[in-house]
Amino acid sequence: MATTEGLAAALPAVAAPRARWRLNLAAVRRSPLSLAGSALVVLFVLMAALAPMLAPYAPEDQIAKRLSPPQAAYWLGTDEFGRDILSRIVFGARISLWVGVIAVGIALAGGATTGLVSGYFGGRLDILLMRVMDVMFSLPPIILAITLTGILGPGLTNAMVAIGLVYLPTFARLARGPVLTVSAQEYVEAARAAGAGAGRIIGLHVLPNVAAPLIVQTTLALSTAILAEATLSFLGLGIQPPEPSWGTMLGTGRKYMELAPWVAIFPGAAVMLLVLGFNLLGDGLRDVLDPRLRP
Amino acid sequence: MRVYILKRLALVGPMFLGSTVLIFVLMRLLPGDVVDQLIGVEGTLSGEARVSLRRLLGLDAPLHLQYLRWLGDLARLDLGVSLRTSQPVREALAQRLPVTIELAVLTVGLAIAVALPLGVVSALFRNRGVDSAARLFGLFGLSMPVFWLAALLILGGASFLHWLPPVVYVPFWQDPGQNLRQMAFPAIALALSLVAVVMRMTRSAMLEVLNQEYIQTARAKGAGEWAVVLRHALKNALIPVVTIVGVQFGYLLGGAVVVEQVFGLPGLGFMLLNAIYQRDYPVVQGTVVFVALFFILVNLAVDLLYGVLDPRVRYGHD
Repeated sequence: MATTEGLAAALPAVAAPRARWRLNLAAVRRSPLSLAGSALVVLFVLMAALAPMLAPYAPEDQIAKRLSPPQAAYWLGTDEFGRDILSRIVFGARISLWVGVIAVGIALAGGATTGLVSGYFGGRLDILLMRVMDVMFSLPPIILAITLTGILGPGLTNAMVAIGLVYLPTFARLARGPVLTVSAQEYVEAARAAGAGAGRIIGLHVLPNVAAPLIVQTTLALSTAILAEATLSFLGLGIQPPEPSWGTMLGTGRKYMELAPWVAIFPGAAVMLLVLGFNLLGDGLRDVLDPRLRP
Repeated sequence: MRVYILKRLALVGPMFLGSTVLIFVLMRLLPGDVVDQLIGVEGTLSGEARVSLRRLLGLDAPLHLQYLRWLGDLARLDLGVSLRTSQPVREALAQRLPVTIELAVLTVGLAIAVALPLGVVSALFRNRGVDSAARLFGLFGLSMPVFWLAALLILGGASFLHWLPPVVYVPFWQDPGQNLRQMAFPAIALALSLVAVVMRMTRSAMLEVLNQEYIQTARAKGAGEWAVVLRHALKNALIPVVTIVGVQFGYLLGGAVVVEQVFGLPGLGFMLLNAIYQRDYPVVQGTVVFVALFFILVNLAVDLLYGVLDPRVRYGHD
């Protein structure tokens, strides 16, 4: 038994991608746009991690007159309840990133598993799973997310689940395609002949080959998931006040916008910069990891 | 080509049927008892009244029967009535649809008018200043939340142009000028991300086509550079561009929900969102079914158009 295990592990699929990886990361470092993207993302991650230290006030404290314009004491002004907008944006980074990561985690884990299993086993299971994915594609993503949160009720968890489910089929399709070609390769045949089980073959031989497009898609999906959360929250279907979500801030502040433009401008700018960061990074990664997908 | 069309048409029925199953299941995810949701706040019903209401709504039947009944209603184009206004959902959809369609047509037209030239120029001057600027603009366009752009347009209109779009909606046939003034900001807000996507696609398709041998041949024959770019290259580069516009249509409908809400345009998105706020489930269900059908048909149209444009599909290598 030990020998077959060793044989399966020694097959070339494992070693090759790792070598390519190192090279690719060096290339990412050379691309100025993806560097800028990484910098933006790191900046926001730090902001979220160090929020209690960075934010000048507590995000839910009413510290000043309502709708005070930006000034030395409150750099970005105060909102309709007299809360410091800068502090709320700093804490809002936590919600945006958290929702993005969990939602994309659901989409990636669920989608990649579905795609890998569907492609590897083929047959009726494949047809069934892929038809289910097709049906999920028959509704525009934001409409599906709006309807889901409308039915499940607004809130953080439901928004994450809704966004995750909506983007799941994309990952499933992406993972399935390469599985079909890879599982017909000789080294996979060899691994199978050597007695490796389906889980081992998928994990060791198939997954590394679909990793590149999945990584690119994950980065880009983070940008769309963060946008989706902001949109849902803006519409009142996502994060509920007084939680400092950027979308909610803009949604509730919109009424006072012409009186106090800072209420709308800064939270929206935060969404755009974070999403831009992930888009730049995703574009850069795609150029390096998966040149076929280059826009 | 005929086989391709037939194959593609055969998919429409099962796709739509699948989406009705999905929507039916979604609507049954409503937390709690549907009867409670329906009667809302004034929900103090005797046990007996509750049972009779359940029977009236067909909620006492097994799930698959409920589904089949609903499907039968759909086949007769009966989408139920609004719980709030008692207006038939079909009638409400017919009123709202023109607004959303006009918005979509204006948005796609605007986006293509801006994105195609931008994409072509970007490809022709690859890696030069114009190209970098266009690509950066594209990335900004992709990252801009629709609701923020809408807010900025309102702010910009108010403070720099001293102008805001009229609030009360006027249909195109009543007053075209007024209607277009109303649609301008929403269409611009919705178009930006589409401009970004279409521009990026045009750029990469042009780059790919310009490397092909037949372009060299056209140049060697002595065709002028403009003829090469427009007649030989752009024509072929348009194939993936058409597809991406179709794929983006779904995002457009999603964006329309936001834009219609911000600008108070009484379209499908506005109706869906307000039905969700008011827990008017027949309207939600009817609108979503309609959107699914619409989306499936748009994708069908795109695939068929693709077949017409791409000779490889037209002559049936499939």
